[in-house]
Amino acid sequence: MADTIPLKGQAAHGASRLAPGPQGRKPRPMFSSRNIMIYGALIFAAAYYLLPLYVMIVTSLKGMPEIRLGNIFSPPVEITFEPWVKAWATACTGLNCDGLSRGFWNSVRITIPSTIMSIAIASINGYALANWRFKGADLFFTILIVGAFIPYQVMIYPIVIVLREMGLYGSLTGLIIVHTIFGMPILTLLFRNYFSSLPEELFKAARIDGAGFWTIYFKIMLPMSLPIFVVAMILQITGIWNDFLFGVVFTRPEYYPMTVQLNNIVNSVQGVKEYNVNMAATILTGAVPLIVYFVSGRLFVRGIAAGAVKG
Amino acid sequence: MNNVSVSVRDLSLSFGAVTVLDTLNLDIQNGEFLVLLGASGCGKSTLLNCIAGLLDVTDGQIFIKDRNVTWEEPKDRGIGMVFQSYALYPQMTVERNLSFGLRVAKLPAAEIDKRVARAAEILQIQPLLKRKPSELSGGQRQRVAIGRALVRDVDVFLFDEPLSNLDAKLRSELRVEIKRLHQSLNNTMIYVTHDQIEALTLADRIAVMKSGVIQQLADPMTIYNFPENLFVAGFIGSPSMNFFRGEIKDRGGRKVIEVNGVDFGMEAYPARGPLETGRKVVLGVRPEHVKVDENVPGQEVHDAIVDIEEPMGADNLLWLKHAGQTMSVRIAGARRYAPGTALKISFDMSMASVFDAATENRI
Ligand SMILES: Nc1ncnc2c1ncn2[C@@H]1O[C@H](COP(=O)(O)OP(=O)(O)O)[C@@H](O)[C@H]1O
Ligand SMILES: [Mg+2]
Repeated sequence: MADTIPLKGQAAHGASRLAPGPQGRKPRPMFSSRNIMIYGALIFAAAYYLLPLYVMIVTSLKGMPEIRLGNIFSPPVEITFEPWVKAWATACTGLNCDGLSRGFWNSVRITIPSTIMSIAIASINGYALANWRFKGADLFFTILIVGAFIPYQVMIYPIVIVLREMGLYGSLTGLIIVHTIFGMPILTLLFRNYFSSLPEELFKAARIDGAGFWTIYFKIMLPMSLPIFVVAMILQITGIWNDFLFGVVFTRPEYYPMTVQLNNIVNSVQGVKEYNVNMAATILTGAVPLIVYFVSGRLFVRGIAAGAVKG
Repeated sequence: MNNVSVSVRDLSLSFGAVTVLDTLNLDIQNGEFLVLLGASGCGKSTLLNCIAGLLDVTDGQIFIKDRNVTWEEPKDRGIGMVFQSYALYPQMTVERNLSFGLRVAKLPAAEIDKRVARAAEILQIQPLLKRKPSELSGGQRQRVAIGRALVRDVDVFLFDEPLSNLDAKLRSELRVEIKRLHQSLNNTMIYVTHDQIEALTLADRIAVMKSGVIQQLADPMTIYNFPENLFVAGFIGSPSMNFFRGEIKDRGGRKVIEVNGVDFGMEAYPARGPLETGRKVVLGVRPEHVKVDENVPGQEVHDAIVDIEEPMGADNLLWLKHAGQTMSVRIAGARRYAPGTALKISFDMSMASVFDAATENRI
């Protein structure tokens, strides 16, 4: 017993074997020049990006007399939600004066079906390309990827003609189809790469078990792919919600999405510029992508954790 | 013909311009445990996937139980398959993993329960049925994967390196279990591995493959003791067989192989044909077929020097300098020799292998 080495935490025979001098974790000073540099730079960058948001929020909560004083950084003396209500319900956009609410619901009616359709089709595309290797798969994939690199502007006029011939020009359906098609290359690539990264043997095992194309897709692949579906959803919702060009080109004023209406409110030439209403309208329009980021960001992390069942 | 379980006839498979299998033929008997053994990339998995129906063959036919299944879907071939990475469905419990195929086939619930219970009992995984694969150890996962093949009630089991992801101890445990499973079920098993120990311990017959070609198909003892060519001889056995390049010489009517001026008499060697004088050959002797300090009757005794000693417990492995090269010798673990010791060795030529230096085939 006498020559056993005392283990850490065991007060073996009382005496410690540690010599005097450095031991344990190396101390680091809180205010070293290194820390000041790092935190200073980070705080500066954060402030740089947060400042405009701050200005927008305080301005949207002020009345017009207070704004005319010109202190854009000062907090509101008297908080008012009037501009928010006006932006949502009564601001005028050219023809009608029912605020952004109409655009909001248009955007919802555009974004939800476009997102669902594009993700549904692209995920099946990606699955077929990754796992079934049908004849001509490579050619199909190449064409799709080339499609991703063609500038949108080149295609606008042909699409207008196609939609007109189909009798869909100016309708929500037409715009939904356009969004679905334009999401296809990048989403297919995304899904194909994700499905390719899943172990091929899982797919083989399912085939031995007698599962066919759709059974494997719904019972095996889908449940393992929550993270990539969340990623695709974020991409599509924010992309389609923020779209301006397609919205203004392919729809009529009564179907304009929120972004187009926002532009019309902010740029309306009649009367005084109501900065507080414009700020509120802008924040309202940007709120949806923001909420999507915040909500699904957490879902996303959880999805990755849940999906990380390695072989 | 009736006794053949799986028959591969003139099978060819190419990926684009790359031919992986070229007119391969293989007949596997009912109830046989056949091991496909070969280095990584030689086409073992490809052959197994063709038999399973996971790959379309480029040419040739595959028969299972006398039925031409060349164009059949995997599920209709009467096979079950176990993969290296277990390939368990991560979102399903063990029970649902086992029953997935049966549910897809729309079997009655009572029948499904019965089969799952039986498989779970055979593999002793009853306590795991409600768990997810992520909550299992590697050994348990592979047991479940075997169970998934078991519930299918098939004639032929296909294993693709099922133990390669496990650590050494689990590997030998599960190896025994697979052997026991085969003994109790008695169905045909085709087992792919690059591990010669697995091949030697499990197989009724081993097919040694190289570059998509079966080099030798025989029972393990034949493969080990009478390798058909230089590749098989060198691939099987650890440490590897000792090879000596030499030439057949006539010493007054006595045939010997001369290696760097040292003679090895060939009287005891079971040659297949005449040994022409002057023929260039490769003499192969396994480490355990060299006697140290005891002579083989009728065989030359040579001098050698101990270079390195590797005691391995039951055995003792000596690396010797002899006939101008290094060779290994396996002796009983209790017999120890310090490096530098001079000793006498003698080859057991009845267990040696001689190959033609040009064709590399056994002579
Ligand atoms: N899908 C594929 N496309 C092209 N080549 C492949 C494909 N699958 C396998 N190969 C090639 O076929 C050869 C045999 O592969 P494989 O049967 O997996 O070998 P093993 O299982 O013996 O390690 C390898 O050279 C591999 O590169
Ligand atoms: Mg393989």
